[in-house]
Amino acid sequence: MAPIPGSGLAKGLAVTLRTMTKRTVTAQYPDVQPELPPRSRGVIGLFEENCTVCMLCARECPDWCIYIDSHKETVPAAAPGGRERSRNVLDRFAIDFALCMYCGICIEVCPFDALFWSPEFEYAETDILELTHERDKLRDWMWTVPEPPALDPGAEEPKELAAARKTAEKLKAQQQAEEAEQAEQAGTPQGQTDQQTQQPEEPGQEGQE
Amino acid sequence: MNDVLDVALRLLIVFAVFMLVPLIVGQTEHKVMAHMQGRLGPMYAGGFHGWAQLAADGVKFVQKEDIVPAEADRRVFQLAPAVALLPYLLVLVAIPIGPSEGAVGQVVDAGIFFVLAVMGIGVLGSLMAGWASANKFSLLGGLRTAAQLLAYELPMLLAAASVAMAAGTVSLPGILNAFEWWWLPWQIVGALVFFVAGLAELQRPPFDMPVADSEIIFGAYTEYTGLRFALFLLAEYAGIVVLCGLTTVLFLGGWHGPLGADGLGWVWTLLKTAVLAFVVIWLRVTYPRLREDQLQKLAWTTLIPLALAQIALTGIVKVAIN
Repeated sequence: MAPIPGSGLAKGLAVTLRTMTKRTVTAQYPDVQPELPPRSRGVIGLFEENCTVCMLCARECPDWCIYIDSHKETVPAAAPGGRERSRNVLDRFAIDFALCMYCGICIEVCPFDALFWSPEFEYAETDILELTHERDKLRDWMWTVPEPPALDPGAEEPKELAAARKTAEKLKAQQQAEEAEQAEQAGTPQGQTDQQTQQPEEPGQEGQE
Repeated sequence: MNDVLDVALRLLIVFAVFMLVPLIVGQTEHKVMAHMQGRLGPMYAGGFHGWAQLAADGVKFVQKEDIVPAEADRRVFQLAPAVALLPYLLVLVAIPIGPSEGAVGQVVDAGIFFVLAVMGIGVLGSLMAGWASANKFSLLGGLRTAAQLLAYELPMLLAAASVAMAAGTVSLPGILNAFEWWWLPWQIVGALVFFVAGLAELQRPPFDMPVADSEIIFGAYTEYTGLRFALFLLAEYAGIVVLCGLTTVLFLGGWHGPLGADGLGWVWTLLKTAVLAFVVIWLRVTYPRLREDQLQKLAWTTLIPLALAQIALTGIVKVAIN
């Protein structure tokens, strides 16, 4: 059937009228903060306690926008007669966000988890020079970094956790062995049974977390 | 003395309406257009949903520098906005709002004649602006405006003539006195032609080809700044009010409503005018701009034959009744 002439015009009117009755999609940004996804690339936060001044981030940065100054300090020997050790101390860590292109390579490459994405994005300045932010500012942004998203159920245990759990288990087994030895020597095997029942549960709980 | 006071009061009221109602239409356009496009529109000026946006715009326009191009024909250039705006004020004087004598600025016996003739003057403003700007784009826009207004004046007049024939009078209150409900279906074609041609006269989208701000940078108004530009914009909105008022009076039965309360006639007039103003905005949001040749074709091959057919129909029915 051929369409009625002018039906297209009427259809257009219907579309606009229908849109008018629907809710608008405008984000009222300055009044209402946007809900950002957890992986938002807003600004780079520095967890400076983790930084070892290895310079990998500054070297990998395609824009060369990371400035790091450091000096070496000698740490006195831990035990008498031992050797003194040297350690890098961070003097300056600055990122020029006028140059930064938010590629995230520095965060990717940092071997000590000292750099993170923060969703903070409101740091505009009137002068472009003021976009070079120093370590204290980067440290402040670290507080806005969200927690890492939870692992998928059934995912492989992160290796840090696995290592920690294994050490803990070893330690516990050792303690129990010692206790059992002591109990055998004292001739009272009662305390042993309680601990044995508890033992298999704990590793299982940790694995689920 | 009493007469002078009466006239002064009427003029004052008409002037107040002239200053206020176009602003309301403009604000409605801001909001309706925004919501039809899935956004919010102005939200800040004045607090509640940006009701004072147009007032703020007015302040902005006043602050801007008033520039007249060096090569322009100074006096014509400066007069053009006034020439574009004033006719609508004059037309407003003659539009009856309610049935009583007090509900119209001035009863003009040759109402339709007066109204259409005076509205035609508004064209002159655009032409003056286009010519006096001494600028190719403005001239082009001005000439396009002239071509468009020539083309659409005719169907508008013919459609109005049909109503005048039906009522047997050219007085606007006279037409409304003669109005019967079955005129609505009888004159529907004429009403559509009148409304569409009126839209084109106002250069409202989708008939805003002469001003086409994205293609020929506002046509005849390219060189205008500040308050003079604002006056052209105001003329457009005043034009909407006048066109919707006229369509209401000529075709929709003005103060006649389904509920025959004579005292509230003016409410019906205003309501119908408001609905038509909404339709004007609605059409603007919905349809894309017509091309120059499409625009001319619509006027000469569609609207004029339709208007003529309406006149023929009116004549036949009129004779049959008698």
